[in-house]
Amino acid sequence: MTLDTKPPDKSAPQDYEEVRGTESRATLWVRWIVLASIAVFVLLPIITLFVWSFAFRWNFPNLLPTEWGARAWIYAADDSSRVFEGLWNSLKIGGLVTLMAIIVGLPASRALGQHDFRGKGVVEWLLLMPIIVPALVATMGIHQIFIRLGLTGTVFGVALVHLIPAIPYFVLVMASVFANYGTALEETARTLGANRFYVFWYVTLPAISSGLLVASMFTFLISWGQYVTTLLIGGGSIVTLPLVLFPFLSGASHANAAAISLVFVAPAVIVLIFTSRQLSRDSSVMGGFGKI
Amino acid sequence: MTQVSLQQLSRRFGDHLAVRELNLDIESGEMVAFLGPSGCGKTTTLRMITGLLQPSSGDILFDGESVLEVPTERRGAVMVFQKHLLFPTMNVAQNVGFGLKMAHVDKSEIASRVTEILDLVELSGLETRKAHELSGGQQQRVALARALVVRPQVLLLDEPLANLDANLRITMRQLIRTIQSELDITAIFVTHDQEEAVMLADRVALMFDGILQQVGEPDVFYRRPRTKRVAQFFRSDNFLSGIRTGAAVQTSVGEITLDPERVPGADGPVVLTVRPEDVEISTQGSGQGNTVVGQVESPIYMGSYTELLVSVGDETWQVQGPASLAAKEGDEIYLRLPTEHVWIVEDDAVAPEEVPEDSVAV
Repeated sequence: MTLDTKPPDKSAPQDYEEVRGTESRATLWVRWIVLASIAVFVLLPIITLFVWSFAFRWNFPNLLPTEWGARAWIYAADDSSRVFEGLWNSLKIGGLVTLMAIIVGLPASRALGQHDFRGKGVVEWLLLMPIIVPALVATMGIHQIFIRLGLTGTVFGVALVHLIPAIPYFVLVMASVFANYGTALEETARTLGANRFYVFWYVTLPAISSGLLVASMFTFLISWGQYVTTLLIGGGSIVTLPLVLFPFLSGASHANAAAISLVFVAPAVIVLIFTSRQLSRDSSVMGGFGKI
Repeated sequence: MTQVSLQQLSRRFGDHLAVRELNLDIESGEMVAFLGPSGCGKTTTLRMITGLLQPSSGDILFDGESVLEVPTERRGAVMVFQKHLLFPTMNVAQNVGFGLKMAHVDKSEIASRVTEILDLVELSGLETRKAHELSGGQQQRVALARALVVRPQVLLLDEPLANLDANLRITMRQLIRTIQSELDITAIFVTHDQEEAVMLADRVALMFDGILQQVGEPDVFYRRPRTKRVAQFFRSDNFLSGIRTGAAVQTSVGEITLDPERVPGADGPVVLTVRPEDVEISTQGSGQGNTVVGQVESPIYMGSYTELLVSVGDETWQVQGPASLAAKEGDEIYLRLPTEHVWIVEDDAVAPEEVPEDSVAV
């Protein structure tokens, strides 16, 4: 009895496990390598920053701080550090840049992705210019004009100048999203009785939404990281997070720099987590990077 | 339910005239196929009827009234594309109900009409499926239902059977025909496949190079093709040139008689034709009239019949014989051209100087 029942009981699951094991072994290795890379290149620096931000005393031979304390965080939360002011300005400007990129960039990327027209090559080339020529160069010239228009030292002026480096990435990503999406669905909807607004709202927008989300997040991050353009156009009266942070990098307090850096890096990490999900789901967004 | 009239319709893309002075009346409840090779202007014509493309000149009338000023969304000419059929973010019921929602129909009425039409296309119970959860044939039926539910003035179909396998083609063909006659909808479809056109359409409009070549019921293209190219498009490549005198045509391989009542026309140089399946072939001369002698170039055994390429005079004819036919390459073979099947076509073999400049794509 026991001999009869034992072999099938034992062997069946074993075979199953073995087959599964050999099939996924290669992908398992790849996954481990990717995870390890993320840990080393992304998490490790952040952990270091985290430890630094709570270090009160940390001298050379010690692996960990000898004295701990939240002094850096208390300083960062204090009005005198201007961290909150910078955070608020950065969020405001980043949001405004993203909004303007959508308003200006969506029609442009749609035209580039779905239509052929005279001078398309020139338009694409002009759009790539801010990537080739540093935004600083354009900002120097624009500075003079902005002074005359009274845009220097304003949130709107800074947001406008952030648009220069942000627009190429937004438009190039969205142009490929539109190119992949095509026009047949919109035309079908038109013949079914949808006017242009309904077509956009019910058909186009849902179809491009994940691409739009990713493009918007990158636009936000480009604005978030701007330093020199903010300094020039903001003229010191518009203080964003990079402007608060950079003096500390050359300063004496590593702990303060670490705490503010963590505040600075937070949205990038959030965006990375968020977009990696979108990117793996929607291959048309990846097509956007292929085009550049 | 709507009578569609195309009058002197033309469309130009830069230097290229895609559709040229097209005139066609489509009766209410009729199903018409625009047939032709790719780039012949058939899809351009369809898009002009929907309003997605404006004609360069000419007019489009629905029930006698010009619709050129009516925008696509209010024209009621609903297009079903061959690819990218369904809205990917919506389920079946939302897809089908889309047109009604755009027309601000009550939710309860949308629901009942969607149920009704899904029943008609035999897709009841799949309301909550997304597009990617359906087979190709099911997607096509949902797209058809989505178009039909708004009770369109004209239903426009782009290659409706192209992406389907053989069995599904037959099912879909029957479905389209049943629904189209049941709902009495005027329908126009484009196709490059002459079998698809013949199977589905009441009338076929054949186009080459933006020009309407011939319009008629499907059998016309087999029995009375207007030109050589029309005959060739319908897979008949048998031609013989000669001089006509009344009922007789003197050719290089003998005299052929035709039925002068069936084949009107003036005396003089003509090109006559007989379809492959109408040629009677034999290995011995039967002594009957209208027989020409040819040489077998290559017999191909096709299972249920034998297909032969036969050289007749300067021409090569394609004919069909019984499967049991024992003919080798180089054998003499007798081809009888039954008087009732001899037809005369216009010779439109494209001579370079005859091609109008603006019909050539640059």
